[in-house]
Amino acid sequence: MSQSNRIKTGGRIDRNKPVSFTFDGKTFQGFEGDTLASALLANNVHLMGRSFKYHRPRGVLSAGSEEPNAIVTIGSGKRSDPNTRATVVEMFDGLEASSQNCWPSLNFDIGGINNKLSRFFPAGFYYKTFMWPKSMWMKYEEIIRASAGMGVAPEEGDPDTYAVKHEYCDVLIAGGGPAGLSAALTAGRTGARVILIDEQNEFGGSLLSDHGAEIDGKPAMDWVDAALAELKEMEEVTILNRTAVIGYFDHNFITAMEKITDHLGPQDSNDTPRQRFWKIRAKQVVLASGSFERPMLFGDNDRPGVMLASAVRTYINRYGVLPGKDMVVFTNNDSAYKTALDAFANGGRVEIVDTRVDPKGPLVEQARSLDITIHTNAAIVGTKGYRRLKGVEVMELNEAGDGVKGTKFHIGCDVVAMSSGWNPAVNLFSQARGKLRYDEELTSFVPDHCQWDNYSVGSCNGTFTLEGALSEGLEAGLKAAQAAGFGEGQSVPATPSAPEVEHGDMRTLWYIPMDRPLARGKKHFHEFQNDSTVADIHLAAREGYISVEHLKRYTTTGMGTDQGKTSNVNAIAIMAQIRGVSIPQVGTTTFRPPFVPVTFGAIAGHDVEDLFLQARKTPMHSAHDRNGAIYEDVGDWKRPYYFPKAGEDMHAAVQRECKAVRDSVGIMDGSTLGKLDIQGKDASRLLNLLYTNAWSKLAPGKCRYGLMCNEHGMVFDDGVTTCIGENHYHMTTTTGGAGRVANWIEEWIQTEYPDWDVYATSVTEQWAVSILNGPKSRKVLEKLVDIDLSAEAFPFMAMKECHIAGVPARIYRISFTGELSYEINVPARYGLHVWDALLEAGEEFDICQYGTETMHVLRAEKGFIIAGQDTDGSVTPMDLDMDWIVSKKKGDFLGRRSFTRTDTARTDRKQLVGVLTEDPNVVLMEGAHLVRELKDKPPMDMLGHVTSSYMSPNCGRSIAMALIRDGKNLKGQSFMVPTMSGKAHKVTITDPIFFDKENKRIDGEPS
Amino acid sequence: MLVIKCPFCGERDQTEFTCHGEAHIARPENPDELTDEQWGDYIFFRQNIKGYQYERWSHDHGCGRWFNALRNSVTDQFVDTYKIGEEKPAIPSDEGK
Repeated sequence: MSQSNRIKTGGRIDRNKPVSFTFDGKTFQGFEGDTLASALLANNVHLMGRSFKYHRPRGVLSAGSEEPNAIVTIGSGKRSDPNTRATVVEMFDGLEASSQNCWPSLNFDIGGINNKLSRFFPAGFYYKTFMWPKSMWMKYEEIIRASAGMGVAPEEGDPDTYAVKHEYCDVLIAGGGPAGLSAALTAGRTGARVILIDEQNEFGGSLLSDHGAEIDGKPAMDWVDAALAELKEMEEVTILNRTAVIGYFDHNFITAMEKITDHLGPQDSNDTPRQRFWKIRAKQVVLASGSFERPMLFGDNDRPGVMLASAVRTYINRYGVLPGKDMVVFTNNDSAYKTALDAFANGGRVEIVDTRVDPKGPLVEQARSLDITIHTNAAIVGTKGYRRLKGVEVMELNEAGDGVKGTKFHIGCDVVAMSSGWNPAVNLFSQARGKLRYDEELTSFVPDHCQWDNYSVGSCNGTFTLEGALSEGLEAGLKAAQAAGFGEGQSVPATPSAPEVEHGDMRTLWYIPMDRPLARGKKHFHEFQNDSTVADIHLAAREGYISVEHLKRYTTTGMGTDQGKTSNVNAIAIMAQIRGVSIPQVGTTTFRPPFVPVTFGAIAGHDVEDLFLQARKTPMHSAHDRNGAIYEDVGDWKRPYYFPKAGEDMHAAVQRECKAVRDSVGIMDGSTLGKLDIQGKDASRLLNLLYTNAWSKLAPGKCRYGLMCNEHGMVFDDGVTTCIGENHYHMTTTTGGAGRVANWIEEWIQTEYPDWDVYATSVTEQWAVSILNGPKSRKVLEKLVDIDLSAEAFPFMAMKECHIAGVPARIYRISFTGELSYEINVPARYGLHVWDALLEAGEEFDICQYGTETMHVLRAEKGFIIAGQDTDGSVTPMDLDMDWIVSKKKGDFLGRRSFTRTDTARTDRKQLVGVLTEDPNVVLMEGAHLVRELKDKPPMDMLGHVTSSYMSPNCGRSIAMALIRDGKNLKGQSFMVPTMSGKAHKVTITDPIFFDKENKRIDGEPS
Repeated sequence: MLVIKCPFCGERDQTEFTCHGEAHIARPENPDELTDEQWGDYIFFRQNIKGYQYERWSHDHGCGRWFNALRNSVTDQFVDTYKIGEEKPAIPSDEGK
């Protein structure tokens, strides 16, 4: 029968708008205004999921964001949204939902065998069992992850769009119940900029479910409607529903996720984002986040049909659903009596089991007057039914509440509505470093103090009366606005009257005893999602995991998607009981964001695909595209890696490029090199500080290579710096080190030598650089320039200003290949023009465009280092055999003192050497280790590792560089390099210069 | 995310800044006169105080200027920020505990 649990009238659903939806392929009917959970309950479907570890059948526990059990996947294919709580999914026509963590079906889940074997699956089971042998952990993990999984993430790209919005406000109010709305009213009336946020579709919070609540003599929802109407008229007030505050960070930085179209179902167009991520900086924050009801922990308290009493009341009053016809209300307080009364009024058969010996008060009296059976000083000790609750077993409690007595009796029922008291939702307050205080009367934690400007109001502050919530909200809203500079002199308006019946005392029993020892035959779940039981807490205590942080990790309590919203306080209290200490002595774990699960889509927002990371492109990029370049990412730059011709793979292309450069002429794009323009009277003083060599006598038009060390004496960058004129230098750095060097310079001239007259300006992107390399470079260049290029007129390590192809240029005769080379710098806007002109001029010499890989091979042939590849922050200039660049005369410079430290001065440090394989065709893997003696298995005495390794066509064999312990003294000796595949190669340590040792090629062919 | 007051630009989000550790460590004028231990103190050893400490920061994604700050390493709250060369502010009497 369709919607057999639907009450004839009432609720906030729209009965004129029926919808149909599917759950695990079966079609059901519901109404607009339903959640997936309420619509399934209306159809008497309680079984909505399987638990994480034991695969036990689970029904819905709650009616809100704290839901641990009813976790489902919404949608299918690329729009499937796993791990969604059925209690917060708004119903729309055509909604498609499916259960998770069960196979082959929800009704018959083979993993349910884990439940039968549960004696072998105690807390910490995975840690204990799968850690041996260690090498197998990776394998085990694969299987565990697959069988203990949550929902499955879609494999295709997400077709929806998402947005991010940054906002600022004076007062942010988290929660739109009576306390939050009150705060919004008084804050808004001051003219302050207010943002009011609530995660539900409707404002009103607890009042949405509180049938019969009155404010100022009228239905409470009338007050809510009036408050909203007033707020909507206020220009500076932003009202966000369907928006969950998920993070509360330092200085009142708040993140929230707004669901924009989720309640409408998949959209045809992408004009509206599906969700929006808010990043809000608030001067003042009012937390009105409500509270969570605690479950009763009794034997097999997880059967589908066992629900929180407040949730049952919400389903009755808000959704017009009576979750079952035969209900047992199990409570230790008066609030659950409201559920009993509402269920009774809607035709339910109700019995009450109350742990208290002598419950009193108007609500109890009202139940008695309706002849509702109340079993006092009693407790549920066990349940009947597997996929759906069929009944409960009840016994009398002893005086201490730690045991039962008398005879067990059975009550047939299909729903248990339980309440063990309430926990203020202090999650956001705690995220913001707020400290909590234990309240003995509430038996729960409440906010104490926080270093940021916020106010907790209503039940999240431990204030559970409606009048109290209204009063606290009104006061906090005004105070917050005044602290933000608004509403001076205004006073708090009178609190509307909202009389409520008196509540009697609670009798808190942290868990319910049974007629046999704990964990025998029945499980007391305190944490439903992760299947953590009261017995697991005892086990953790026995094994020494008594700290709350250890308890959490050992039992995994609070580590599911619900973050322990219903379980944390119970777990802490039980640990306190076991240890015989007070609850505050056990303490709480810190709540972490997000408060509720958030989609990656919302976090990413607009920053996807092309906008994910901006690529830096040189002025010649379009030419590289045209000429078929394959790119390499270097920092954020796109650099040509190599330029393959038809049919060539990378190896073939690079070998061809390397030959072409040394045989004739090659051209590469060097625009990405870091460039700094350094000016001021103290410019050479700065260079003397930064570099290891001397700079005072460098003449205008001359270039010099330098190494930079940090104060530890370790090389961190290198490059050529040129004197442009008096007190004016042009510094180049590695592509990847440009930012680091600029910051390094700023650090010294701003913090240590602010009185120096020197300025360093990054000009990396102002210059486009085309680099010619090879014996015929001069022949190409002379066709385009207006200066004498002869080696006498324009020698190595000189710079000339001139014109090339009609545009001004600075040409540096420096070389990273050992060949005749010109680095042609032109203003960036001329880069493409000059590149194309050089290609055309070089055509007759078969000019070869080459990329970074060829550059690497050519420099390695000459033994030139790449800072960051052949150095790693632990290498001195002396380790590189570059003592010649360390000035002994100029006085102090950065890192110099460290060269004489005992460790730095050792002669057997790892040093840069060449490595040649016995087999010239073997190219060693970079990172491979040289060992003194090859053994069957590790450990072996490792001498160091290969830093650069290539096949060199110009040497006709493979070449490599390595950092080797005491390497300078090992030249000529042979060692072994074991490989990942188990083979080993014999190698000989050599000098690191493999080609043109005499530097004969530097001047190229004369013109 | 903290709000940090750059002495040149005013209050900005933390993401614009980089922290560079302990402030007011002068580079020794004559490193050659220092023992290895003294030089080691300068390059390696930092106080890392639990409570108020003086730190160097830079406004990288802003004006690019370096400045000093007095900050509580327990609460992450800034007492003040000040320009290089300016007098350092006094440590509040609660000692940041």
